[in-house]
Amino acid sequence: MLEISGLNSFYGKAHILSDLEFSIDRGEVVALLGRNGAGKTTTMKSIMQIVRPRTGSITFEGTQIAGLPSHKVAQKGIGYVPEERRIFSDLTILENLEVGRQAPRNDTPTWTTDALFEIFPNLYERRHNRGKAMSGGEQQMLTIARTLMGNPKLLLLDEPSEGIAPVIVEQMAKTILRLKREGLTVIISEQNLHFAGIVADRAVIIESGEKKFDGSFGELEKHPEIRDAYLSV
Amino acid sequence: MGFFVAQLLTGLANAAALFLVASGLSLIFGVTRIVNFAHGSLYMLGAYFGITLMNILPGAFGFWGSIVLSGLIVGLIGVIIEMFVLRPVYRAPELFQLVATFGVILVIQDLALLIWGAEDQLGPRAPGLKSVVRILGEPVPQYDLALIAITPFILLGLWWLIAKTRIGILVRAATQDREMVGALGVNQSWLFTGVFFLGSALAGLGGAIQLPKGGADLLMDLNIISAVFVVVVIGGMGSIPGAFVASVLISVLNVFGVSYIPQSTLVLMYVVMAVVLLIRPYGLFGREEKAGEHGQVGEPDRPIRPAGLVGRSFVAVLLIGLAAVPFLFSNFSQVLITDIIIACLFAASLQFILSTGGLVSFGHAAYFGGGAYAAALLVSYTETPMELAFLFAPLAAGLLAIVFGWFCIRLSGVYFAMLTLAFSQLIWSLVFQWYDLTGGDDGLVNIWPSEWLSGTTTYYYFTLIVGVGGIILLRHLNHAPLGYTLRATRDSARQAEATGINVNVVQWTAFAVAGALAGLAGGLFVFSKGSIFPNELEIGKSFDALIVVFLGGVKTLSGGVVGAAFMETIKDWLTRLEYWRLILGLVIIGVVIIAPDGIVGSLRKVSEKIGLRRTEEFMK
Repeated sequence: MLEISGLNSFYGKAHILSDLEFSIDRGEVVALLGRNGAGKTTTMKSIMQIVRPRTGSITFEGTQIAGLPSHKVAQKGIGYVPEERRIFSDLTILENLEVGRQAPRNDTPTWTTDALFEIFPNLYERRHNRGKAMSGGEQQMLTIARTLMGNPKLLLLDEPSEGIAPVIVEQMAKTILRLKREGLTVIISEQNLHFAGIVADRAVIIESGEKKFDGSFGELEKHPEIRDAYLSV
Repeated sequence: MGFFVAQLLTGLANAAALFLVASGLSLIFGVTRIVNFAHGSLYMLGAYFGITLMNILPGAFGFWGSIVLSGLIVGLIGVIIEMFVLRPVYRAPELFQLVATFGVILVIQDLALLIWGAEDQLGPRAPGLKSVVRILGEPVPQYDLALIAITPFILLGLWWLIAKTRIGILVRAATQDREMVGALGVNQSWLFTGVFFLGSALAGLGGAIQLPKGGADLLMDLNIISAVFVVVVIGGMGSIPGAFVASVLISVLNVFGVSYIPQSTLVLMYVVMAVVLLIRPYGLFGREEKAGEHGQVGEPDRPIRPAGLVGRSFVAVLLIGLAAVPFLFSNFSQVLITDIIIACLFAASLQFILSTGGLVSFGHAAYFGGGAYAAALLVSYTETPMELAFLFAPLAAGLLAIVFGWFCIRLSGVYFAMLTLAFSQLIWSLVFQWYDLTGGDDGLVNIWPSEWLSGTTTYYYFTLIVGVGGIILLRHLNHAPLGYTLRATRDSARQAEATGINVNVVQWTAFAVAGALAGLAGGLFVFSKGSIFPNELEIGKSFDALIVVFLGGVKTLSGGVVGAAFMETIKDWLTRLEYWRLILGLVIIGVVIIAPDGIVGSLRKVSEKIGLRRTEEFMK
């Protein structure tokens, strides 16, 4: 579904991603693992074209998306949930959802506010409240719900377990598994290996913007040296 | 009582046009973060189109239809401006966008002159609303009552659009985080264009709807823009209800001001603005502006270094050349070069706070003119010797900058710019309206230098020494601790603060220094001309300085001086052309889009490319 090859991204003069290469099939959940600063967020931003890759190719369902404006990427069916959440804090929850709304797509589930409120009941209770009055966990749910309003085929989740209470993390894991059952393809960036192991089928480990490992969690378990080299702090 | 009510109604009616223009400006700012200086020009175009259309279309239907049509036409003109002038510079720093809209003002001024001619045009009266109604015995024009009735509906309509529609939701979301809105699949460029259309259309409507009360002339663009800024700043940038409340406040205040204290009508508006900003720095309904939250990142500034051997030799040769001028050229060239040096010093003083300090001042003329007037007043009223009065010019301007700076540096970005503008307008309106002291429009005359300095050549040398001295002092300050800490506060106020730099004191000092040196330029100016008029304090004077610094190169040390020298040299020739504003406006827009590095920056890049100059270390 998504194929990345030879991807090089920069922040100013700093080389963040070098010749990054990986792909994901329809219906798969892939965990993008690596330490802080390894390039996970930049990978996601590069897919969204928020960071413009300098070279390389990103194809989504066979069409090249490198070089497109961000909104075109989103309109093709890639949904992005940023790590910093970026709630529109002056807007109510319902209005936040409205910003994310896109027309239904053929081969992916269509989301309505009602369906989303069923998954995230907390949001329903506060639907007329402004985004600024929410807890971290609620904000995280709202960002995911807001992105789902665009009926994405591929969901990019940037560190969804970061900075939220353990009970919410559990709820988050359930939600991701449910989205997987609905047929969504998901790339999730994580530092929490345990959380990633629960939700994802495959792990891609990056370090200094280069791919170091690509395989199942079972394989990763057989190679503790890889884990020690690239994941432990 | 009747008089009071009638006054109040007049004020409310006057608020209609002001509100339309201000809400348009506020809307555009809220989403695009661009302060559209050309908004007054759109208002003016609305008035001209309105008259033209009303002359063609008959009856009440034609009258109101013309107003709506004018709004639509001006909206489309706004779209053209957005697409061709602003789109290329959205990612550039704020100042570039402002300068681009200055360019638009000049272009529209000359286009209006070209199409409608220089004569003022009287607005037609509204069919069916030509007479007056007696309210408590006082006559109130029917059209005023119509305006009072219409305005709340426009406010309501705008409120509905912003609060209730999908477009409104997207607009509000984009106001907060454009990039995220884009990542959610919304085409921001069309959102921006749409907002520009609406904002411009509102300005056009404002211009057309005031026709029966006024008319159309070529000065109305700059006349309304300062009032509109005051309204938008008082109400809070980006707030439509704020624009409404502030329009009513300012219009009513003006009407009563005219009746009760006619000498201070202009001053009053700016006093109110300053007071509001002191109590609520972001306006009555505004939100706090966080610097840098809108992703406007330019190329990082280059490290500065003192001029090398080549640079110093060049300056030395130039100075020797300038010293030799009186032996080689006529008196006229000496007068011309005197003007150029004064302009260079003025521009250099602005560049110090603008480039080194990152403080975009819109009111630098206050210190130039303030210094000049201080010296002139001393000479006129106390017969102070010229030498003493001359010294007083930078002193007074510095003091003025200390007082105003104390208020201004507590704000940042657009609000800083607006407050500096407000203070300079305050000084201008004081000088303009305090006829008994300043002579108002007639200015102060017979301000000549002492006997020993009075020859053209002597004064030329005096200007050369003082002017070049001032410029060198400013340049030196860049390499002194003040310059270093000032740059630190510009690049990251918070980190500078954490490093132990007292950001406010550093910025305040820099503001005062820049003010004092602008005053020095003003002192040189007043004694070289022998007179001073309020136009040296006008917005236009401050804008000229900004444009000059910009043309020279904002991110350079010598841009201001080079830009001023260039402008002053060609001005004489340029202003002789019939449509020089059009040419200059197009040049400015072109520079913003194609060569944003300005003259000095572009020369530097070219010389690096052909290998004349070493590429900076960090560029590799």
